[in-house]
Amino acid sequence: MGGTFLFDGRPVPFEEGQTILQAARAAGHYIPHLCWHPDFPPHGSCKLCIVKVGGRHVSSCALPARDGMEVESNTPEINGERRALLQMLFVEGNHFCPSCEKSGNCQLQALAYELDMSSARFAHFYPDRPVDASHPDVLLDFNRCIFCELCVRASRDVDHKGVFALTGRGIRKHLVVNAESGRLADTDFAVSDRAADICPVGVILHKRVGFAVPIGERKYDEASISIVAMEKGE
Amino acid sequence: MSDSIGMPRVRVATTSLAGCFGCHMSLLDMDERLLELAKVVEFDRSPLTDIKHCGPCDIGLIEGGVCNAENVHVLREFRRNCKTLVAVGACAINGGLPAQRNHLDLGDCLQQVYVKRDGIEEGGVPDDPELPLLLDRVHPIHEVVRVDYFIPGCPPSGEAIWKFLTDLIGGRTPRLAHPLLRFD
Ligand code: SF4
Ligand code: SF4
Ligand code: FES
Repeated sequence: MGGTFLFDGRPVPFEEGQTILQAARAAGHYIPHLCWHPDFPPHGSCKLCIVKVGGRHVSSCALPARDGMEVESNTPEINGERRALLQMLFVEGNHFCPSCEKSGNCQLQALAYELDMSSARFAHFYPDRPVDASHPDVLLDFNRCIFCELCVRASRDVDHKGVFALTGRGIRKHLVVNAESGRLADTDFAVSDRAADICPVGVILHKRVGFAVPIGERKYDEASISIVAMEKGE
Repeated sequence: MSDSIGMPRVRVATTSLAGCFGCHMSLLDMDERLLELAKVVEFDRSPLTDIKHCGPCDIGLIEGGVCNAENVHVLREFRRNCKTLVAVGACAINGGLPAQRNHLDLGDCLQQVYVKRDGIEEGGVPDDPELPLLLDRVHPIHEVVRVDYFIPGCPPSGEAIWKFLTDLIGGRTPRLAHPLLRFD
């Protein structure tokens, strides 16, 4: 049984089983997200999709819509909290955008633009995370991982290889490659895998194509992520 | 903004700490709008004036992060003297390129560059007392002093700097939105 809820004061219809985020998108309303991807079940880890329902914060990518809900999303308060989450992601890794091949095509960066993030505000951690260039076709730059587990899910559930995993907890959480050596070259990972194209940021990068697209023609150069995400259904 | 008649000009100081002067080049990249800017601002300490110490100013523009002891002194001098302090560019905001050494040991870095590098015969880490002491890490300027505004970009475009300054001088809250807000 579907129904209607109010999204920032506007009525949004939904069908039974749809999440707030899915129904809002179907009605043309963008909600920021990082760990959510339309091809995968909700993961609920990044919290960029938080909205306020009845005074409580919920993950809109995971919470099923219910009739009569009042949902606040695009408000200064919620956007401020989303911005703080982004700022924490930026200081936790090493995000030097000018030297990143993903720049201009990166969801983290594009969301920072969308949410008016002009600085990372907190003190930077500058963690030491060596890159893995062992694979002939794909480079892993762990410095930029935001732990969305999209690669973990894609490799396990679509490619049926289980190449990636997250390990450690809290501040020690990090992405690992499932091989005794820990090197991507020692797995059966292939550039044609779904996991090779799923990373929203600049960790899993195809070799020999970096910076091929000139500035001005990259994904988020012309239009902001709130527009691109809706047009391309991402 | 107003013309100069009777109106005191806005006093602006600029400096490059651990930066490459790219942000200053972008400031000059405003082309003919520089003339318009020159009607309402006057420069205090800046590579453009060669004034050595910063006096009381309205706006301080800082390019570059903090990589040595001298950077700390200059930055504090700016903070003391400028009503509004602005971090300009990636290096001032997150350390940028110089901060790419932050996960390495400083001693190892110096050894590698000045002693062990291929082709160096009688190397030695420079230790002239005139040289400012390097910090173990490069810091974004907001980790050292309070910063009022940030203009990201590597470098920010002349357009972005112009928009920011004209907003600020015109008494509006400066805001850079897509596509002027850029990290690369
Ligand atoms: S992954 Fe995105 S945010 Fe991080 S350095 Fe690359 S472009 Fe910048
Ligand atoms: S590598 Fe990319 S896809 Fe995988 S967890 Fe990190 S950010 Fe997500
Ligand atoms: S998109 Fe909902 S928690 Fe990440």
